[in-house]
Parts: sequence; structure tokens; C-alpha cells
Amino acid sequence: MSKEFETVIGLEVHAELKTESKIFCSCSTAFGAEPNSQVCPFCAGFPGALPVLNEKVLELAIRTGIALNCEIPEYCKFDRKNYFYPDLPAAYQISQFDQPVCKNGYLEIDLDGEIKRIRINRAHMEEDAGKLVHQGDITTTPFSLVDLNRCGIGLLEIVSEPDMRSAREARAYLEKLRSILLFAGVSDCKMQEGSLRCDANISVRPAGQEELGTRTEIKNLNSFRSLERAIEYEARRHVEAIEDGEELLQETRTWDEEKQLTRSMRSKEEADDYRYFPDPDLPPLRISRERIEEIRRQMPELPDAAQERLVETYGLPHYDAAILTTTPDYLEFFDRVIKIYPDAKVVSNWMMSELNKYLNQSNLEISDCLLKPEKLAEMLQLIDDGTISGKMAKTVFAEMFNSGKSAPEVVKEKGMVQISDEKALSAIIESIVNGNPKVVEDYRNGKEKAFGFFVGQVMKATRGQANPAVVNKLLKEKLK
Amino acid sequence: MDLYKLTVHELQDKLLAGEITSEDIVKSLFSRIAVVEEKAQAFITLCEETAWESARRIDQQGEYGGIKGIPYGLKDLFCTRGIKTTCASRMLENFVPSYESTASKLLNEKGGILLGKLNLDEFAMGSSTEQSAFFPSRNPWDWERVPGGSSGGCAAAVAAGEIPFALASDTGGSIRQPASYCGIVGLKPTYGRVSRWGVAAFASSLDQVGILSRNVRDCALILKIIAGKDPLDASSADIEVPDYSAFLDGEVKGMRIAYPREYFRQGVTESIRTAVMKALRKFEELGAIVEEVSLPHSEYALPAYFIVAPAEASTNLARFDGVRYGWRDGEAANVADMFSLSRAQGFGPEVKRRIMLGTYALSSGYYDAYYLKAMKVRRLIAADFAEVFRDFDLIVSPTTPTTAFQLGEQIDDTLTLYMNDALTVPVNMAGLPGISIPCALDDGLPVGMQLIGRAFDEATLLKAAYAFEQNTDYHRLTPVPGGGINE
Repeated sequence: MSKEFETVIGLEVHAELKTESKIFCSCSTAFGAEPNSQVCPFCAGFPGALPVLNEKVLELAIRTGIALNCEIPEYCKFDRKNYFYPDLPAAYQISQFDQPVCKNGYLEIDLDGEIKRIRINRAHMEEDAGKLVHQGDITTTPFSLVDLNRCGIGLLEIVSEPDMRSAREARAYLEKLRSILLFAGVSDCKMQEGSLRCDANISVRPAGQEELGTRTEIKNLNSFRSLERAIEYEARRHVEAIEDGEELLQETRTWDEEKQLTRSMRSKEEADDYRYFPDPDLPPLRISRERIEEIRRQMPELPDAAQERLVETYGLPHYDAAILTTTPDYLEFFDRVIKIYPDAKVVSNWMMSELNKYLNQSNLEISDCLLKPEKLAEMLQLIDDGTISGKMAKTVFAEMFNSGKSAPEVVKEKGMVQISDEKALSAIIESIVNGNPKVVEDYRNGKEKAFGFFVGQVMKATRGQANPAVVNKLLKEKLK
Repeated sequence: MDLYKLTVHELQDKLLAGEITSEDIVKSLFSRIAVVEEKAQAFITLCEETAWESARRIDQQGEYGGIKGIPYGLKDLFCTRGIKTTCASRMLENFVPSYESTASKLLNEKGGILLGKLNLDEFAMGSSTEQSAFFPSRNPWDWERVPGGSSGGCAAAVAAGEIPFALASDTGGSIRQPASYCGIVGLKPTYGRVSRWGVAAFASSLDQVGILSRNVRDCALILKIIAGKDPLDASSADIEVPDYSAFLDGEVKGMRIAYPREYFRQGVTESIRTAVMKALRKFEELGAIVEEVSLPHSEYALPAYFIVAPAEASTNLARFDGVRYGWRDGEAANVADMFSLSRAQGFGPEVKRRIMLGTYALSSGYYDAYYLKAMKVRRLIAADFAEVFRDFDLIVSPTTPTTAFQLGEQIDDTLTLYMNDALTVPVNMAGLPGISIPCALDDGLPVGMQLIGRAFDEATLLKAAYAFEQNTDYHRLTPVPGGGINE
């Protein structure tokens, strides 16, 4: 992107709140049920059915407010946002317009060691809409199927200030927000399942200019990657338009994942008038200071505190600490390994390299993974006591990850015990050295590489089970 | 014996005494309906089969008391499980709910027997039932006159002897005005006193479930059954429900009654003014202290109401979009057309008028000037009442400016029609309880007196109304079908 322009980004994030039942009725929120099996007269918009606030939703909203350093006003209220759409049964969404439950907060992102504070304008409670299934565009499809299971699931919409200046910062913000929401226990934050959704507001302006440029809103950002790509694409589009003297429209655009570009959805002129007004079915909420303090006392450890703990207690680099605190499950895995195997850096290395590699490959969450932390600790001990080499451990790890077996089991099954017996190894070395007089000569003439040849041959002869340290020692003696 | 003429308490006594069965009552009422319904046009749906079945079951058990074994009617915007609930609209002509309103559920649990669903102005928007999508109901005192509205079907049925009592809703006078026109008792309790769950919403901050009955005593009995906190309605109040019947001692001695001068002007006819003043003198005779007061902001209640109520209605009725239930235009080419065509065909003119008014009032740029301002006016109206209630126990006024008007007389004169609610609307705007009881006949037509009480003090309201009733005979007057007076 052109150097003389600055990108300005703000994000609107919808997090599905982790509650058993919906925000205004007692229907289940379970994911993946038969279409329209979790629906009642209220969430299907039948006449006479009324909303009653799920207290758990309010608690989770307050918890989020605390985690995001927000003010939690004494009063907040619900408003109706009116518009017609087949996935919105009442033809209004119950949301919070001018008096949200949380406002004026912030979170901090780490940009290569530099901490940047991103302000949060507000977080408010609202209900989700249903899901439509149809071919292509809704205006041309022959029919459309409506699934109302998701309708009325409690959401928290978290709106940042336009404080981000690059796709990378936006991604760091969303990752940090996700960690915080996970640690606070308020949302599952599964982008694939739609329990964390993100819209980006983007504008560009000449560097040094105070006034913001024309803003577009981008929807349908279903992964961290599409967030980054879409912002990069959109910023480039804005810069090009400005440089070509074209007028930018304030509009809503959608990210086309397939074509990797943004497309116009609707312009500001076409924007709906939502006719917000206080929902007369729901009395305003008064949140006492005592209640907030009570929830504050019960707050779980949050990512920043956890990172600090890892650095302080184990002397881990900030980089490691940040990765280990991506999710509470990941941190818990670390904490459980470290209880048994106390070398934090070794544990961190194994988690960041091998464990992450296999989790990514298999697309698994750490909580679903067969490999349990206690078993990783046991494997690390086997390396330390010389039973297996570091190299063998990688094979063992792969098997443990796939089958959930313990390291000793895998080692035994595969006959992978390391050979450290000097007598046995000496005999093998003897025969290899004797069988390659020319290479011995090369080595003695100063060709260091020849040493590696012998190590390789010993390993080959022992199917990799020879203890490398012992082999090194014996070879050196032999070749002296 | 003409059981259809009896009140709930009279029926209860006979059941307890073993003189009659619930089946006898059902039989008598259906016979009565067979005679007068052709004229009254009160019912949209009759529940004959289930009514007989319930009566037989209760008779087999043989235990009576309260409303057990006694039939009732429901304004057809109370959702009834398995029974068509139309809101007198094409939109819901074939709508059968899978759930039951809390109020009717409470009656059913006490052994009340639903006899049928009663006519109303479409979605409760109107003052005559002439806005019903199906047919207008008629006033039993004069078949050529309206029974009032929107709960006109309920009032006509109770007055004509088709049903001993009915539940209805009151948003701006929809219970009290028809009660007044039909010479019966109509109670709108305090906002939040009775659950609104399962009652199709018109204006959520004003709607309240109430009762139409032949006398105050029945009203007190039924209120006790339906009042109270409902976990399904966040706006229902968690305030203790007293035994209202225990307050009915016929005494008003020392009670402080105010009459607001503004409520005797606003187009109130001379004879109604005189009738209510006479009723006030009756209270004085009975030992009450009666004084004139002022409720200066009440004159703004009607214009403010016609912002607030349509605004809320415009969003409450937005759910009728043809997607999940109700009227759907089958020819629409796309989803946007389906929305607009279904709504254009499913709603009648008055409903459309109010949806448009309300949509406008909530529109961006107009919200502050209309809705917000109306809500401020509302606070002023409530403050006026609160001021008076510091010194008085009760406020008395006429219920309506006129007696029942002719069918068709006001149908094209929307403003005059809206004026019918001028004296009842302020009570809804302030969320207070109000009751209309018959206090005179004017040229053969009933005149209603409105009593307004403190929030959640229905007990005082009923006590005073009962005392008046005990010392007068107006509640005993019943119409002879086709005109004239019985007894």
C-alpha cells in the first residue's frame, strides 16, 4: 500500500454468549440441532409471546465489561431495532441503542513487543436472528428455508473505536479480544460456527490528515485470515480510488472469500431507518455496584495476567507467554504439564512446535485432542532419562497425538528403546569403522564431514535407536 | 329457569346448593345465544364441543366453588391453545395458537369454561367493533347502535345474557367504553397487575387485561384469580394480590373522592354530566367527601396517546409478515413483495392507518418531536394524577362523552371516533386502574361512570363501585333484545 496513506480501522464484533438457553426465552442454544427444533412462540414471533431477560446473559455481559475495562452504567435498557427480513420473526431485533450495558473500555495488543491500546466504544446485549437457506440471492431464489434455532441466542456486540491502522493490528485486536472472551468464559468464540463474527469499518486518509476518509463497512469476515485479506484489499481499493480521483461511497460491502475481493451490498442512501425505540416489554435494568463487585471477585484469570504469570514464574519469553495464553484450554494444558515436568521452556517449545503443528493439521481444538498433558510430561521425562532421543520423541509424539497412548506404550510397541549400552554400540562401531578404511583416512586427514557419515551408519544399523551422545563419544575414541 | 340472566355469584350459589349443574348453565347459555346471537353478532368462534365436555367433566367431579363450572368468554385476541384466535383480522383468520394466554389459563385452572371467542375491532384498534374484519357487533340496548369497542363483542355478549363474564384488553378505554355503552361493569386494572402473556399486543406499554361482568362482586372474584406476577411477562408486577371480595362492605364513609373539572367538559353531553354529578351526590350521601380538582394535562392525553399507541403498534404488528403463519399473498414474485402484499391484503384500513402513523412517529428525525415528546407528556399526566392522589382516594368522571352511537354514524369521522376515548385514555397513559359502572339511563341508553384509583389499589376502586351499586339499581337493568328495559 502506498506510503502516504494511513488506513483507519474499527471493528464490530458479535460474540455469541455461552448460555444454556436463549436471551429472552428458555429455548436451548445447542448448536447443530434439527432445524426449528429449538423454537417457542416467543422466538418464532407469535402474537402475545413476550420476552423475559435471561439473567445469565446480563451476568456474562457484565463479566465482559469488567474484562474489557469498561464502565458499567447503573442503568441500561433494551430497544427495538425495526426491519423486515424473513430470518427476523418479530420484524424487530431486541438490542440496546443509546444505553448499552458496557461503555468506554479498552484492550491492549502486542505488536512485536510494543503495546498498543485499542479503545472500546461500547458492548451491548442483543438477540441473534435465524438462518436462511436458499440458492443464490434472496431476491431471485425460487424459495427460501428458514431455521429459527439460532433466533434469540444472546449476543454481545463489541464495538471498537477506529484505533487500528493496519490489517495486522486488526487481526491482533480480534485475536486478543477472542482470548479475553474465552478466558472470561463468556463465549466459545468459534468463528466457523459463527459464535464469533466480525464486521470491519475501514477508511483511508492522507498521512497526517486529521479528518477521516469515506468509510465502508465490510461484512462476512469468517476467519482471521479473511479479516486481514479483506482489510488489505479494501484499503488498496480506497487508495486507488482516491489516487484516480474517483468518489468513494459510504456503503456496506461483503467479502467474497472465493474471489478474494469486496462487493457492494447497499449504500448509505439505501440504508434502513431502524426506528429504534425503548422496548416496552422489558423494564429498564438497574445494575447495582454490589452486583458488579461480586462478579469482579469471581472473575477468572485473564490473558494479560496469565502472560505476566508465565513470564514471572517461569522466566518464559513474552512471545512464548503470549502464544500459551491464546486460549484458556491451551494455558491449562501448559499448566498441567508443568506441574509434572518443570522445565517451562522445553514444554513451551514442544507445545509451540509439535503440538501446534498437529493441531493445525488435524483441525482439532486442544480440548478435543487425545494427547493429554500428563502424557506429554511423561514423554519429556523419557528424553531426559535417555530412554528415547529427542529425534525419536518426535515420532513418539506423533503416535501419542494420534492414538492417545502413553510414551512408554509407544516406545514399547515400536521397539524404540534407545541403545545406550557401550558394549553393544562398540561392536557395531567397530565393524563399521573397519569396513570403511577410506573414510577413516579422510577423517584423519581433517575431513570433518566424514564423522557424520559414521554417525549416520550407526543410526542406520540400529534403526535410529542408538543414543547419539554415546555414539559420539565412542566414535571419537575409536577414530582417535 | 333463565340461568343466562344470573351473575357468577348467583350461579356459584346454585351449583353449591346442588340446584343446578354446569351442564345446565352451558345449555341455558347456548339456548340464549341461539336466540340473540343473530342480532348481537358478538361471537367470532363458539367452543360448543369443548364447553360441553368441560361441563360434563366438572359435573362428574361434583365439586363447585369460585368459577368452577361457570362459562366465560374471551376477546378474540387472547391466544387459546388449539382454538382459532383471529384478532378479528383477515391476517389471522385461520390462526390456531399452540399456547394459552396466562389469564385464560388461570381461569381454566380454576374450572372456568371457555364458551367462545368474542368480536373486537381488528387488533383492538377502534371504538365500535365496526373495524372487525368480519362483522360489527351490536348493542343489546338498541341493535342499531354500536356496543362500543374495541371489546364490543365482550360487552354485547355480557349485556345480552350470552355469557356471565368475559376477559378483554384495554389500551385506551377498550373495556370501559363498551362497558359504559352496554350498561355493565368493565375493569381495567393497573398496568402490570395482570399478565399480558398470550394476548396479542396492540400497544405494549398501555395494554392491560381486564374484566367485563354484570356486577362489581363478580369482577372482584375474577380479578383475584387472574392478577399477579407472571414469570412470562417482565412487565407484570410482583405485588401482593389482596382478596378483593373482602373489601366489598358497601361503605364509602370518609372516602375522599375527587372529580376533575376537565373531564366534565371535552364534549361531554349535558345528560351524562348531570348523571355523573348525581352519582357523586350519591357518594356524598353515603358519607364520602367529594371535591372538584384539576388534571390540567389530561387534555393532552389523547394526542399523546395517538403517538405512543400507534408507534408501539407499528412494531408490534410488524411480525405479521406472511412468513411463518397468517395471511400470505401466494402470487408475490419475491420476498419484499410478499411482505407488502400480505400486509396490504391482511390488514384493514384502521390498522393500516395506525401502522403508518406509528411508523412515521418513530422515523429518524421525528422521534424526538413525536414519540419522545409524547412520553414526556405521559409523565406530566401521571404526575397530575399522583398530585391528586395525595389528597384523595378516588377520582370519578364520566366514562365516555356520549352514550352509544348509531352503527355507521362515526365510521368516516375518525377524529370524532377517537374522541370517544378522551376520558379513558389518560388512565392508560398513567398506568392506573379504572372501572366503569352503570350510573344512569339516558334516553334508554346506559351511562357509565368511571372510577380511577391509585396504582395497584383496585381494592378501593372495587369497594367504592360496590357501595354505589348496593345503593342503586342501575346494574340490575338489562336490555330487552330489540330495545326496551327488562326488570
